[in-house]
Amino acid sequence: MIALSTTSTRSPLRAPAPTRERPQRRRGWRSDEGFVRLLGALAFVFVLVLPFINASPYVISIMTSALIYVMLALGLNVVVGYAGLLDLGYIAFFAVGAYTSGILTTHFGWPMLFAVPGVIVACIVAGIIIGGPTLRLRSDYLAIVTLGFGEIIRLTANNLEITGGPSGIHGIPSWSFFGWDFADGVTVGGIFFNGKIVFYYFVALIVGAVGVVVVSRLARGKMGRAWKAVRDDEDAAEAMGINTYVTKITAYIIGAVWAGLAGQLMGTHLTAISPNSFQFLYSALILMAVVLGGMGSTPGVIIGALFVSLAPEFLREFSEWRFLLFGVLLVVTMIFRPSGIWPATAVLPWSKDKHVDDDDTDNDQDPRVVSREGFEKDAGAEGAADLLSGREGKGR
Amino acid sequence: MSGLVVDGVDVHYGRVHALRSLSFEVGEGEIVSLLGNNGAGKTTTMNLLSGLVKATRGTITWNGTDLGSLPAHDLVTHGVVHVPEGRRIFSTMTVHENLMLGGYRVADASLVEKRVQQAYDLMPRLHERRKQQGGTLSGGEQQMLAIGRALVAGPRLLLLDEPSMGLAPLIVKQVMEIIAEVNQQGTTVLLVEQNAKAALRIAHRAYVVETGHVTLSGPAAELADDPRVVEAYLGA
Repeated sequence: MIALSTTSTRSPLRAPAPTRERPQRRRGWRSDEGFVRLLGALAFVFVLVLPFINASPYVISIMTSALIYVMLALGLNVVVGYAGLLDLGYIAFFAVGAYTSGILTTHFGWPMLFAVPGVIVACIVAGIIIGGPTLRLRSDYLAIVTLGFGEIIRLTANNLEITGGPSGIHGIPSWSFFGWDFADGVTVGGIFFNGKIVFYYFVALIVGAVGVVVVSRLARGKMGRAWKAVRDDEDAAEAMGINTYVTKITAYIIGAVWAGLAGQLMGTHLTAISPNSFQFLYSALILMAVVLGGMGSTPGVIIGALFVSLAPEFLREFSEWRFLLFGVLLVVTMIFRPSGIWPATAVLPWSKDKHVDDDDTDNDQDPRVVSREGFEKDAGAEGAADLLSGREGKGR
Repeated sequence: MSGLVVDGVDVHYGRVHALRSLSFEVGEGEIVSLLGNNGAGKTTTMNLLSGLVKATRGTITWNGTDLGSLPAHDLVTHGVVHVPEGRRIFSTMTVHENLMLGGYRVADASLVEKRVQQAYDLMPRLHERRKQQGGTLSGGEQQMLAIGRALVAGPRLLLLDEPSMGLAPLIVKQVMEIIAEVNQQGTTVLLVEQNAKAALRIAHRAYVVETGHVTLSGPAAELADDPRVVEAYLGA
């Protein structure tokens, strides 16, 4: 009944040996995955101990913002990098999350923790409203509609009473867990820590780290493959049985929820939000982080987000020149790394195989014959071996 | 009624009448070829069978199931798999990922794994290139990958649209041999081709399509000798 499984009684099936010797797969930290994991773990530890090295409010504050940028960039990477949907109004979901949590906690007095499901629901609804009709179209339309949607959300927030109009929402409460509040501080080993700001930093770090792991696992799984297939060729994906509409909207909603949670963190971190924090500029900056870092590449996107959020801070001493310098740096980066700082297809320097066999180039003419030996050794390939001996005239 | 039956189908693109009362049959286990020049309606027929265009009249059934009412992405679950014109592999995904994607609608992961191995057995070149991005393969390898990807979906009816397009004659021969091999293992094949010579070599039966309807049909060997086909498609 099924094409190839008619041969399944022959066992064991295995692919023939490659005709050319392959270099040994690298193991441990020098392998592709191992290296990224090691680097990720080192970065996590560094960011974790940073407050114990330098806990000045300035450093912690910009680092918290940077971590929130990382979260946003990771979310947008799912939408733009994996599913290939150009979203120019991503900051809108950030706003939806921030405003939903702000309104629920200040107007209705919900604890911040209970607002989390509220934010998730609001972002799913927003994602369906905006994605539902537009994801049936090709991405040019999506880009235009999302651009408009981002502005609509900001203008709505600017004009509604419940969102506080242009002055926004003030006095967003901090997180409390089972009667303990961030504002209360904590005593560990006899030392009293009273750094509300530092707690946000850790929350952002942990949520961000969980995001990194979840997104990279999703991307490598079946759903991630479907996203990439839709990005590469929508019709072919449809022919392979992928419901492209559902696949796209799933990616869109995952991105929306992730941005909403980042928005909630941002709101509580700053304790105040206003429509000015959600301008188009920020959508563009996050998109820039994704493109600059490398679309569809988790390490790349993290680097891109850190670059976009921290570079203006490091360039602060150049005062009014800093955004000009920032622009120049971006252009230079794109010239030398056109597919991103760390593209999804990056090859580690020591994995590059510089040795090329002499016969490596002229095999294109006969891809089947080169593997003849492997075939004949293989129990499952009689049919194909017949082919090689030139079975002619079939079907005449 | 077993096999694929296309009965009296009309397709319009706006005011263009692309298919006019087109009828043909593909019996189970056969390789049937649709031949025709540019604009004859070959690709429209393929798009029709794969659910991308809808017929304005007529019926399409596969072993009794009405294909005309199914969305494109559900055809795979009925064993109907389309290899689109121009290969259309996923160019930024690796060869292995492309093959794995063929099994998207196959619930049993071990079955997918097994079929991927079988595709590698049939086309060892793909195994050598399994870590390479699809877009970096040569044309012939891409065509093999497109066929391999379709095989992982477990087709009972394979719809091949111009598999020989843009390939060197020797590679065309290899691709045709692979198709013949797939058919030998029990898959029904509908082969839409402009390269009549290559298609008639492996097909059991063939139809010649002109301006949206069938003008000639018969066993492949007979058609290959038919003076009208020789003149129009094979060259004297």
